[in-house]
Amino acid sequence: MSIRLQNIGKHFGNTQALEPINLDIHEGELVGLLGPSGSGKTTLLRIIAGLENADRTSQQSKILFGERDVTNVHVRDRRIGFVFQHYALFRHMSVYDNVAFGLTVLPRKQRPSSTEIRSQVFRLLEMVKLEHLAKRYPAQLSGGQQQRVSLARALAVKPEVLLLDEPFGALDAKVRQELRRWLRHLHDELNFTSVFVTHDQEEALELSDRVVVMSNGRIEQIDTPDDLYRTPKTPLCI
Amino acid sequence: MRRIGDAPLVRRLLIGAALVLSALFLLLPLVAIFAQAFSQGVLVFWANVSNTFTLHAIGLTLMIALLTIPICLVFGVALAWLVTRFSFPGRRILQTLIDIPFAVSPVVAGLIYLLLYGRNGWIGSWLDTHDIQLMFAWPGILMVTIFVTCPFVARELIPLMQAQGSREEEAAVTLGASGWTTFRRVTLPNIKWALLYGVILTNARAVGEFGAVSVVSGAIRGQTNTLPLHLEQLYQDYNAVGAFACAALLAFIALLTLAAKAGLEWRAARREAFA
Repeated sequence: MSIRLQNIGKHFGNTQALEPINLDIHEGELVGLLGPSGSGKTTLLRIIAGLENADRTSQQSKILFGERDVTNVHVRDRRIGFVFQHYALFRHMSVYDNVAFGLTVLPRKQRPSSTEIRSQVFRLLEMVKLEHLAKRYPAQLSGGQQQRVSLARALAVKPEVLLLDEPFGALDAKVRQELRRWLRHLHDELNFTSVFVTHDQEEALELSDRVVVMSNGRIEQIDTPDDLYRTPKTPLCI
Repeated sequence: MRRIGDAPLVRRLLIGAALVLSALFLLLPLVAIFAQAFSQGVLVFWANVSNTFTLHAIGLTLMIALLTIPICLVFGVALAWLVTRFSFPGRRILQTLIDIPFAVSPVVAGLIYLLLYGRNGWIGSWLDTHDIQLMFAWPGILMVTIFVTCPFVARELIPLMQAQGSREEEAAVTLGASGWTTFRRVTLPNIKWALLYGVILTNARAVGEFGAVSVVSGAIRGQTNTLPLHLEQLYQDYNAVGAFACAALLAFIALLTLAAKAGLEWRAARREAFA
């Protein structure tokens, strides 16, 4: 599922968080939004998700998922997976219930049977290698484990677009390395379109097919990691 | 190594002072209430409690409390949700306005309601022409009780919901949950202990409220007399045992409330230890 943004800008009160931008993300691509804090990268991600609304301007602003115009579609119906910065796991639910949530809230007609849900949840938990922790609560897990649960939870609804907000920001260096490789692997295997936000240039260069460099609410450069590394248009010391 | 201020003498003095003051100001009056209530035996106590007017007062008080709680519950949750999940002009002012019932003396609150909804009041005179009587009847008692108790639930919820943030709710919505489902399965479980705590406080205040109710009720025996008002009347009539029997009932409700509160805190602490 490709993503196309046309003329997307955002004000919070009088401050402009995002200048109107255009961006095309191809189907199956893994794109990193790289920039310092306050550069508008998280705002952009939340607008793609539908958690924020873009400014309504005189010019046509549009968000397209493939051919589908989702500009005025509610988050609930955009069929995206969103991984939050601090995971935002449901703290009163077990790992199993967290992952099953997206399936259990489907309308009755589309909802799989409880045995079907069970097998799907365990398939996801196996994929993130956490099937032995299904009964634990989020507070009983390490940061890396919580991160994997939140990924499994987001993937349960079979999204065609996966959005990740600083997915590895709160993890220590070694776990981060592992999870990065694992995410890349997962992405290649399942072939969804992914956008992730990071302020870590090493992470952006290692993980992405293309990197979108942002600062002060503007896109400074869009390039492959190789080109970006060789010919940066802005100093890449973030 | 000793902590600062942890001298044996200081410690004994402080603990001693705390115990003596608690005994004098909390325990002794409580014991006195029950002692007075049963001073002429259980039969006299029972005769006073089963008096028609007392039974009516108990019934009215419980009815008011039972009606107040759900209204305050819905109002409190809605208000806390509004204040913590949305930003809009006037949000801070609204947060301050919530505290007005705490800041205003209950008697003043009662007088304002009388002024507005009484027969000669601004709204009351219009209601009177349509034959609706709010003051000196149970709806008036309910109105002032709600006014006095409405901040409790919101006050309990707002700090908690502010601290928890809206990330979990956002996560639920991205997973396709409707607003109601999100509230029922994500928000409510996270706030339920604070919510119950707010309800307990609301109940305690609703049952015990005297000042505001005494202004608007008219204290007609067997009609608009709540338990605290009835108690005061009995005392004015030199029926000490009757008055203390009512006081014992109120104290008993208060003790039940405290036990419920302690139970909740104990459960919350245990959950914390497990989680």
